Amino acid sequence: MRHTITLFVENKFGVLSRVSGLFSGRGYNIESLSVGETIDPKYAQMTIVTSGDDLIIEQINKQLNKLIDVIKVTDVTEFEHVEREMILIKITPKPEKKAEVLNLAGIFRGRIIDSSENTYTIEITGDEKKIEAFIGLMKPIGIKELVRTGKVAILREGIKK
Amino acid sequence: MKITGAEILIESLKKEGVKYIFGYPGGVVLNIFDMLYEEKDINLILTRHEQGAVHAADGYARASGKPGVVLVTSGPGATNTVTGIATAAMDSIPLVVITGQVPTMLIGNDAFQEADIVGITRPCTKHNYLVKDVNELARTIKEAFIIATSGRPGPVLIDLPKDVTVGKAEFVWPEKLDIEGYKPKYEGNKWMISQAAGMIEKSKKAVIVAGGGVVISAAHKELKELAEMAQIPVTTTLMGIGCFPETHKLSLGMPGMHGTYYANKAIQEADLLIALGMRFDDRVTGKVDAFAPNASIIHVDIDPTSIRKNVRVDVPIVGDVKKVLSVLNKVLKTESKGQWTQVRKAWLNQVEQWKKERPLSYTKSDQVIKPQFVVEKIYELTRGDAIITTEVGQNQMWAAQFYKYDKPRTFISSGGLGTMGFGFPAAIGAQFAFPDKLVIDIAGDGSIQMNIQELATAVLNKLPVKVAILNNGFLGMVRQWQELFFGERYSHTQLDIVPDFVKVAESYQAAGLRATKPSEVEPVLKEGLFKIKKPVFMDFQVDWTEKVFPMVPAGAPIDHMLFDEPREEKQKKLKVVK
Ligand SMILES: Cc1ncc(C[n+]2csc(CCOP(=O)(O)OP(=O)(O)O)c2C)c(N)n1
Repeated sequence: MRHTITLFVENKFGVLSRVSGLFSGRGYNIESLSVGETIDPKYAQMTIVTSGDDLIIEQINKQLNKLIDVIKVTDVTEFEHVEREMILIKITPKPEKKAEVLNLAGIFRGRIIDSSENTYTIEITGDEKKIEAFIGLMKPIGIKELVRTGKVAILREGIKK
Repeated sequence: MKITGAEILIESLKKEGVKYIFGYPGGVVLNIFDMLYEEKDINLILTRHEQGAVHAADGYARASGKPGVVLVTSGPGATNTVTGIATAAMDSIPLVVITGQVPTMLIGNDAFQEADIVGITRPCTKHNYLVKDVNELARTIKEAFIIATSGRPGPVLIDLPKDVTVGKAEFVWPEKLDIEGYKPKYEGNKWMISQAAGMIEKSKKAVIVAGGGVVISAAHKELKELAEMAQIPVTTTLMGIGCFPETHKLSLGMPGMHGTYYANKAIQEADLLIALGMRFDDRVTGKVDAFAPNASIIHVDIDPTSIRKNVRVDVPIVGDVKKVLSVLNKVLKTESKGQWTQVRKAWLNQVEQWKKERPLSYTKSDQVIKPQFVVEKIYELTRGDAIITTEVGQNQMWAAQFYKYDKPRTFISSGGLGTMGFGFPAAIGAQFAFPDKLVIDIAGDGSIQMNIQELATAVLNKLPVKVAILNNGFLGMVRQWQELFFGERYSHTQLDIVPDFVKVAESYQAAGLRATKPSEVEPVLKEGLFKIKKPVFMDFQVDWTEKVFPMVPAGAPIDHMLFDEPREEKQKKLKVVK
C-alpha cells in the first residue's frame, strides 16, 4: 500500500542523503520526496511517498526514526490529512484545441503562466486524483513537458497523533 | 583562553576518560599527532594498518564495555577503516573513529588524499559528522560518545578537516547534552511485560534465545535469575555467547546454522520463544517461515527496528534487556508458587534426551590433530579463564562449539559481518583492556594472514597475546561448502603457500611453536599459553578434511541438520582443481 510520511528533520547538510540512502540501501521504494525549510530555519520538513506491505512500512517508519537527524516521523496516511502537489505542464495543442485547453485549465483552477504561439504552460495544484485527471485529459492534446514537485502533506487541525 | 582544535580534541577525549587511541598518522593529522608526542594521559597505539587499529579498538570495547577510539589520516587512512567500522556496526560495538580530512576550502576538489569518508561510511556508522567549525568541535565529540555508547551502541565517525584542528576556539565542554532527534527508550512497556509474564506462566515448552544485547546491557544476572526461576533452557547466539554459563544445566549452547542439535530442536518444538537482545539473523533462523513454527514469540530489544524485521512477534518489548528483565522477574516472582519445576518437567526431560541423543562431537584421532581437539585442550588447560577471540570460518565455529564460556565478554568474534582478520587485532585490543588476562585468538591460516602485520603492535607493546592457528592449508569453511555442495571442486580455496608461521613470529621477535601430531598439542599449549611471556603463534597442523557439524544448509529449516558421518581414520589425498 501507498503511504505518505512526513519528516521533521535537522536542517543540515547530509540529511537528505541519509534519508535517501536509507531507502536505496534497504531497497525501499520512493515515489516522491520533497524537502523545504520550516518557519524555524534550524529545521526542515520532508514529505515522502512510498509503498510496501505493512511490515515494510513499519520498518520504514522505524528506520527513519532511528536516524539521529530525524526528529519526528509521522505516517500521515493513518490520519486525516491534506496532500497537495503542483505540476507545471507545457501543452502544444492544435489550433482547434486551444479553446478546450483554456477551458479545462479553468475547470481545474489552473493558471496559464506562460504562453507562446504554439504552447501554453499551465500550473495546476491539487491532490493526486486531480493532477492525474488533468494529465489524462491533456495527453491526447499533446504534452511537451511536465514537471512535478512531489507531494507535500499536512495533518488536519485537531487530529490527535 | 582560546586553544586549537587539536587541543580541544585531546582535552575532550580526556574528559571522556579515554586512555588509548588506536591509530596511524598522516599528512592532515600531523598536528594532532604532535600533541600526542608528550601526552601522558592518553596513549596512541600505533598499529601497522588502519583496519588493525579499528579492530583493536573494537576488541578493546568488546572486552571492556568502554568505547574504542581510533585516529587516522584522510583518504587512504580513512578508507582503510571502513571494514572495521562495518564490523563494529553489525555487532553494535561502541567506537569513535576520528579521521583527518583535507582543509574545508579544498573539500570537493579531489584534493590530495581526499575521500568523502562521511559519505562512504554513512550506511555503516550509527551516525557520522563532518565538523566545519572549530567552535562545534567539543560538542560534536560529546555527542559522538553519547551516541556511540547509548541505546543500541555503534560506531560514530568524526571527520576533522585540517583547518578545524588548526583553528582556535574557547574550550567549552558540555557536561550534559540534549540531542533532539535521539531518545533511546530503556524502560519496557509495563503492560507488555505483564503480557510476557502471563505467556511464560502459560507455556509448557519455553526456550530463551539470548543475544549480544544481553552482553551489552550486562543483563546476565537477570537472565540467570529468570531461567532458573521459571526453569527455561537458554540458547545463546554467537553474539550472546557467555551471557549465560555454558556449564549450566539449562544451557543449550548456540543455535542456528552450526548450532547444537538440542538448541535447534528446542526452538522448533517450543511453544514459547523468549528472544532477548537478539535480532533473528538468518544464520540463527535458517528458513525463516519454518522457524519456531509452534511458538509464540516475546521479543525484547532496545532497537525498535529489530522487532518484526525478520519474524512475527506476539509480544514486542522495546527497551533495555536488563531493565525489562528485572521488572519481568519481579512480576513472575510475585506470581510464582514454586510450580515451575513441575510445569517444565516433561520439557526439560525432552531437552535432556536431545542432549544425550546428539551431543557436539567429532571423530577423535591419535594420528592427525583434530582442530576441535585443540579447542577442547585450550578450554581444559585454561579452565575457561581466558578471553577468546576468533577469526572467521571453521576456526570461529569450533571456538564457539568446543570451549565453554561462562562469563560475558570472554568470547569476542565478528558475528554480523564475519570479518576475516578481525581476531588478532581484536585480541590486542582486549589485552590492552585486561593486561593480566590470558587472551587467545583462535585463528585459521587464511584469516591470520589478513592482519598478520599486527604482530609488531603486540610485540612492541609487550602484549602476550596468544594465537592458536588451526592450520589446514585451506580457506576451510569455503572448502567445506565446496565439498558438501559443489562436488568437491575446490576452486581457489587451497592456500598453496602458507608461510612458516613459526618463522614469521620469530622475524617479528615474537615466539613461534608448532605441533604436527596430537601428542604435541598439549605441550605446545602449555608452553605457549603459560611459559612464554610474549606474543606467541602456535601453528597446529590440523586435519584439513574436518568439517563443522552440525550444519544446516543455507535456506533450510534449522532442524534439517547435517551431521558428521563416522569416518575411518584416513587422510584423504589432496584433490585440487587448478
Ligand atoms: C574478509 C573476508 N573475506 C572473505 C570471507 C569469506 N570467508 C568466510 S570463511 C573463509 C575461509 C576462512 O579461512 P581460514 O581463515 O583459513 O579459516 P578456516 O575456515 O580454515 O578455519 C572465507 C574466505 C570473509 N568471511 N571475510
